[in-house]
Amino acid sequence: MSICRSLTLLLIALFSLLSLPATAQEDDPGKALLINLAEAPASKVEEAVNAIVSSGDERARGWLEAYGNNRLSRVKDTGQVVLVLNNRGRDWEIADPLTGENMGEMSRRELDRVAINNRIRGQLEGILAMLDLNAKDPDVREASAQDMMGKVDASLVEPLEAQLAKEEDAAVRNRIEEALAIYRVGEGNLEAVDVLAGSLHPRARAALNEAVRGDNEALAQRAAKALESIEQKLQLNRAAETLYFGLSLGSVLVLAAIGLAITFGVMGVINMAHGELIMLGAYTTWGMQQLFPGQPGLALILSIPAGFMVAATAGIIIERSVIQYLKGRPLETLLATFGISLILQQLVRTVISPQNRTVVTPDWMSGSLVINDALSLTLNRLYVLAFALIVFAGLMLIMRKTRLGLEVRAVTQNRAMARSMGIRATRVDIMTFALGSGVAGLAGVALSQLTNVGPNLGQNYIIDSFMVVVFGGVGNLWGTLIAGLSLGTINQLLEPWAGAVLAKIIVLVFIILFIQKRPKGLFPQKGRAAEG
Amino acid sequence: MNLKKHVKLGLSALALSISFNSVAAEDPIKVGILHSLSGTMAISETVLKDTVEMLIEQQNAKGGVLGRQMEAVVVDPASNWPLFAEKARELLAQEEVDVIFGNWTSVSRKSVLPVVEELNGLLFYPVQYEGEESSENVFYTGAAPNQQAIPAVNYLMNEIGVERWVLAGTDYVYPRTTNKILETYLMDMGVAKEDIMINYTPFGHSDWQNIVSDIKRFGSAGKKTAVVSTINGDANVPFYRELGNQGIAASDIPVVAFSVGEQELSGIDTGPLVGHLAAWNYFMSVDNDANYDFIDQWIEHTGNDEAVTNDPMEAHYIGFNMYVEAVKKAGTTDVDAVKDAIIGVTVPNLTGGYAAMMPNHHITKPVLIGEIQDNGQFSVVWETSGLVAGDAWSDYLPGSRDMIADWRKPLFCGTFNTATGTCGASAGEMAAEAE
Repeated sequence: MSICRSLTLLLIALFSLLSLPATAQEDDPGKALLINLAEAPASKVEEAVNAIVSSGDERARGWLEAYGNNRLSRVKDTGQVVLVLNNRGRDWEIADPLTGENMGEMSRRELDRVAINNRIRGQLEGILAMLDLNAKDPDVREASAQDMMGKVDASLVEPLEAQLAKEEDAAVRNRIEEALAIYRVGEGNLEAVDVLAGSLHPRARAALNEAVRGDNEALAQRAAKALESIEQKLQLNRAAETLYFGLSLGSVLVLAAIGLAITFGVMGVINMAHGELIMLGAYTTWGMQQLFPGQPGLALILSIPAGFMVAATAGIIIERSVIQYLKGRPLETLLATFGISLILQQLVRTVISPQNRTVVTPDWMSGSLVINDALSLTLNRLYVLAFALIVFAGLMLIMRKTRLGLEVRAVTQNRAMARSMGIRATRVDIMTFALGSGVAGLAGVALSQLTNVGPNLGQNYIIDSFMVVVFGGVGNLWGTLIAGLSLGTINQLLEPWAGAVLAKIIVLVFIILFIQKRPKGLFPQKGRAAEG
Repeated sequence: MNLKKHVKLGLSALALSISFNSVAAEDPIKVGILHSLSGTMAISETVLKDTVEMLIEQQNAKGGVLGRQMEAVVVDPASNWPLFAEKARELLAQEEVDVIFGNWTSVSRKSVLPVVEELNGLLFYPVQYEGEESSENVFYTGAAPNQQAIPAVNYLMNEIGVERWVLAGTDYVYPRTTNKILETYLMDMGVAKEDIMINYTPFGHSDWQNIVSDIKRFGSAGKKTAVVSTINGDANVPFYRELGNQGIAASDIPVVAFSVGEQELSGIDTGPLVGHLAAWNYFMSVDNDANYDFIDQWIEHTGNDEAVTNDPMEAHYIGFNMYVEAVKKAGTTDVDAVKDAIIGVTVPNLTGGYAAMMPNHHITKPVLIGEIQDNGQFSVVWETSGLVAGDAWSDYLPGSRDMIADWRKPLFCGTFNTATGTCGASAGEMAAEAE
């Protein structure tokens, strides 16, 4: 392999010398390497990449990275290889890969992309990881060593062993050893199986599984034993993972439902436009990101108050214009708010677009928190979980500790009595509805990080929201929290063996049966208010 | 006096313009557009309405067809399947349109079928679908399973070396039929049953944690694994997001999607998705002047610099041009004459080749596999060496193997059983029965 590689290099060097005898001295060898890559037929791409790697050129990393990202193109007329800095729109910004000099914009019609496919990209990742093994930051080294797992081939063993000898960080050493072991298991090495026995990494498991199926009997037995011990460790991790999935789905349900728990649960208004208030919150996030381009994190944080205000204002308008006239007529309220929900959806379609909008996830919310190789918690959902709990705590505080909360409770328990005590019931109605709507807006801000921001966003959550509130017991915030989290967990527990469709149906049937038995939900309101 | 004069002048101008209009509009070719502009499907269908409108505008600028201008008649079936049938009836019976371009979902097409057959209309259907149908009155310009699903699986099997398969789809007729075809095909190719995992999710599914984690586990069995996704529309965004967050890179477990186009990608940050695949018959990134011209026209028409084009738009482009050619060939817009004339009509597509209308009312298409790039576009990594003719009746489903469709005389049948030598019920009758 390495002979072949150096041979190619030699040939290229010769070639460039032959073709450009006069200018060869000053001419950049990188140019020939890149043109060689651009012109290589599919079967020769690998050689061309190797040539670039073994050239030792310090710009090689940048070139290969650009190549992997489809950012290497050729100008049709001149044949020059260029780096594409920005490939959006019709004119692309390009730069010279040799000098890094910006060459301005060029029409995409003039450019031919240097083709790459997944196989080459996989190898490229291995090569880049190899280059990164020399990075200063041990985290980068560990990540690149992890990337190497499953990508080691004969040509990489030697350099990796050399790397292992000089590596000091224990975690990185561990990874390199695993990466080497995966290769060696494939080669039939028995000791390597023991190295992998403790690993939870999916690629280690894949290598062992392959060994079990292989022809080498001794290896197969040893691998099977190693797999068994891994399987046991995995059980626990899987249970933890499912619990996390359940809590995370539950937190989404709680967020979507908690605003409804106030407007429907506490005030008794059946608000079918609740989903659209969530949608407004999500669109506010999108709007804020348009206002602060390039700063998705800041925009997201500012969206929290903004989303609350927008949805609360919409809530006040709905309450003043429609709901207040339909007090005590639940059926008419249901129909009228359903109409409002349709109007709001179509309004968004007409004014903004029927297409979904892109809401960018800030860097600190992407990826996952890695506990071990088998268990990692996705960050965006972790944040949403925390956010749901904070919103819940905030609402509890408002309802229990503030004058507004006191007045709300008074008005909902006995309207006439509260009024005679000097509470302005109409004002309390407005404030309560605004609060519930605003919280729906907050849910929208959070959901924009998990799902599509489009006109149909609200519809997907309205039924779930009512389900949670009714199951938890109308008028009880704690009930909503417990109901949301438990429904989420039940759903995720059922999903692996029942499938997503059936799991949803089972949960619905369960709730119907439950409501038959306990019509007032998990935590019914007690006392006279319940009868009122 | 002065005022009177003005009024008189105005009136005569008005009269003139009315008479002028009535001359020009004496006999326009009416083109019905039956795409949802509201409701859940508006996200996909609105652009198709705009596409047809743009094509009509361009044709009119070229002087129309047979010296007649074309006129769009737009109705909104509002993503409501029975309403599709009502609106189709309105188009054909009241507006008396000459041709209809429309529908997206299979269920909406099935609802329209009996109406189009009863009133003898023409319908151009631009979306990839599950096949198993060929109607005298419908022209299928989207891909049949053998023009998308089968070549994509071949690519994964032969080029990537995939041995273990996840067939993930939304729970409705297109994914279910496609997956049934693919399952049979894979088993025919020697894939064991335990190496195929099939998973269905409801429409608009947004919580993919468990499924993605399942796929990850399924993929760690030591064989190269790929996901073949017939997940529809919106649900793809959270699915891909979860894939990215759980760290499944395209080089570990590639996902090849049949319903993810440029439109769907425009709603997400594609960074973590680079390298995942889609199979279509057209990509916006295809390096071809006809395509670039089309994109430029589209951007101009929408007035949006970021506007994207996609596969069903190309299907309408092809279908529209085929209709125009067929009308020219027949010399009339009479439905039966056009139906006869259109078989064999060949027009350029946007990928540098030609599309021909086959006797089974499906067209020939190239099959392209594209990888998602970080700019929300696909780059073509593989394509079939030649054009693939759409197969109305799949060879991989029992009961459908022996069926053929041929709308040339003397056979003139969409459900001809070669084993028994008989012609079955028409597509519209079958659809009406299913209701």
